[in-house]
Amino acid sequence: MSKGMLIDTTLCVGCCMCEEACNEKNDLPKCDESDLSACKFTKVFERGDYYVRKMCMHCEEPACASVCPVGALKKLKEGPVIYYEKKCIGCRYCMQACPFQIPTYEWASAFPRVRKCWFCYDRVMAGSQPACAEACPTGATKFGDRKELVVEARKRIAENPDQYHSHIFGEHEVGGTSMLYLAAVPFGRIGFKSNLIEKPLPLLTWNVLSKIPDFVLVGGTLLGGVAWIINRRIILQDERIEEAERKRNAGEPTTRSGFFGRFGKK
Amino acid sequence: MNRKWIPKITFWRCVFALIFLMGLYVSYIRFFKGLGASTNLNDKVPWGLWVGFDVLCGVGLAAGGFTITLVVHLFNMKKYKPIVPSTVLSAFLGYNLVSAGLMYDIGRPYRIWHPMRFWNHHSVMFEVALCVMMYTTVLALEFSPMIFKRLKWEKPLRIVKSITIPLVIAGFILSTLHQSSLGTVFLIVPGRLHQLWYTPILPLMFITSAIAAGLSMVIVESYISRRAFNKRLELDLLAGVGRAVLVVLAVYCVLKVKDLFNRDAIELLFDGSHESKMFLLEMGLGVAAPLGMLAVSRIRETQSGLFISSVMVVTGFVINRLNVSITGMISSSGVKYFPSWMEIGATVFLVAMGFALFGAAVKYLPVFPEETEQETEESLRYLVPERRPVMTP
Repeated sequence: MSKGMLIDTTLCVGCCMCEEACNEKNDLPKCDESDLSACKFTKVFERGDYYVRKMCMHCEEPACASVCPVGALKKLKEGPVIYYEKKCIGCRYCMQACPFQIPTYEWASAFPRVRKCWFCYDRVMAGSQPACAEACPTGATKFGDRKELVVEARKRIAENPDQYHSHIFGEHEVGGTSMLYLAAVPFGRIGFKSNLIEKPLPLLTWNVLSKIPDFVLVGGTLLGGVAWIINRRIILQDERIEEAERKRNAGEPTTRSGFFGRFGKK
Repeated sequence: MNRKWIPKITFWRCVFALIFLMGLYVSYIRFFKGLGASTNLNDKVPWGLWVGFDVLCGVGLAAGGFTITLVVHLFNMKKYKPIVPSTVLSAFLGYNLVSAGLMYDIGRPYRIWHPMRFWNHHSVMFEVALCVMMYTTVLALEFSPMIFKRLKWEKPLRIVKSITIPLVIAGFILSTLHQSSLGTVFLIVPGRLHQLWYTPILPLMFITSAIAAGLSMVIVESYISRRAFNKRLELDLLAGVGRAVLVVLAVYCVLKVKDLFNRDAIELLFDGSHESKMFLLEMGLGVAAPLGMLAVSRIRETQSGLFISSVMVVTGFVINRLNVSITGMISSSGVKYFPSWMEIGATVFLVAMGFALFGAAVKYLPVFPEETEQETEESLRYLVPERRPVMTP
């Protein structure tokens, strides 16, 4: 079953317990970056009257995993998008492609890694919940089956229509994400991207990529054919010239010189 | 004692020595202290000048290689044969410099071979990586006759010559694939790349502009080579290339304008933003102006006219690639980026290396035809009709 988390921004009080739990779980060094960074996998932002937690969205069809040339990022059917450090060549296409600009890089290191939330993969696979969800005192972060969480979120909106903006961020954005957000105001107002498409991003490039085998086959055959025809014509032309020359040297009349020759000789 | 091994000190050699020293220093910082110490890149702007110029432009400007070989070996337009060696050489050097640039840019350069082992066929980058590797091999083979000729190795020369046509076809297919795929790379960022550049036909735009710029680069290189190495400039021949540039550029221009209309992005052109100015600069300098110049045969058939318009196409092309990879991505990233002096330094270093290697190759290999009178006559033979008269009595 695909797991997910429901983050209800109306319940978040900005205590930052999730941040602390995350730092501890992942042994992250202390740092005071203003955004996600190689030493901060999740961060609570104050956006107007609300607190919004930002982290990897663990997309259902992640752009990062699809663009990685060596497959160093992978979406598990259990939900997490994880990173194989040993494969990564550091091209940073994942960072460029992520619609949420989540992956970060160890810029100061000579052997840098891509760093991001990995959905406490080890704990989720073992059947328990991520550190941040466990640490949340108000229930603003809730861990569970993604499908059930969508139902839960719909229920919350239906029960308190005045309290919630009627949209679940992450249900359909870029093909759906494992992280689902609820908010009291339109999401654009609390710092969420509002120009995301609903189609999974990897489709955009796959539409082109999937045509490559055809292109190679058709293009190769076509060019090979053209090369053959042109080459053949040159050979034939040379042969004709040679033939004519041979005939002339042997004193045999060629077709045309024969024709004119008769008149000439007379 | 051995005076002839000590190069004469000239102004350009001093400049080159300085660039070389700077390159060594920048390389040291980059490879031992990491990307953070040498570049202005950050989590929001992960790709900068090295991807935008060293890779995107390097690959595109080498596109003359596959076009000219295709025209000569496949379509049998013998007229253009004299420029094949220098074009193949510059394409081969270009791709090697792109690989060198990639070594600077990717975080773990010693794993650059990984795409060969860990495959992800959903990734455009994987496809580009494989294509570039294979095409560099093809270019090496296309380039090898020059070395074999010099070493007088008859057998390998014969073998390579016998597979010319398959090589040229493979080269064309691999090039078309990865040149267009460099555009496909940006298809995954619909919300982030500025609307003036983001279009579903980015791959088509990239391949078309690469052909125009690659051919212009052939003209520019021939012109510079003539000045630098006292080789003759085949003006009538280059004017022919110029005409091809004109055609491709016209196609590109129509594509660009039509695309803006199709996506209703035309009003973005005049909103006065930084992006719109850069777009107008790219199109004006790199497409409209050279189109106008090349269309007039009196300008196209003069050395300076041809050279200037080709330089414009190349410059416009470079601006386009930087616009797609940097200008168009900046506003959505939310931070500012300007390359650090070390990023610029490494780029200058690589370009200088390219010039030096090209010079060395011209000196030691038969890149340009020797200019004996007989050879000149030989190379001008295309002017005489091929068909020998057979009906003379």
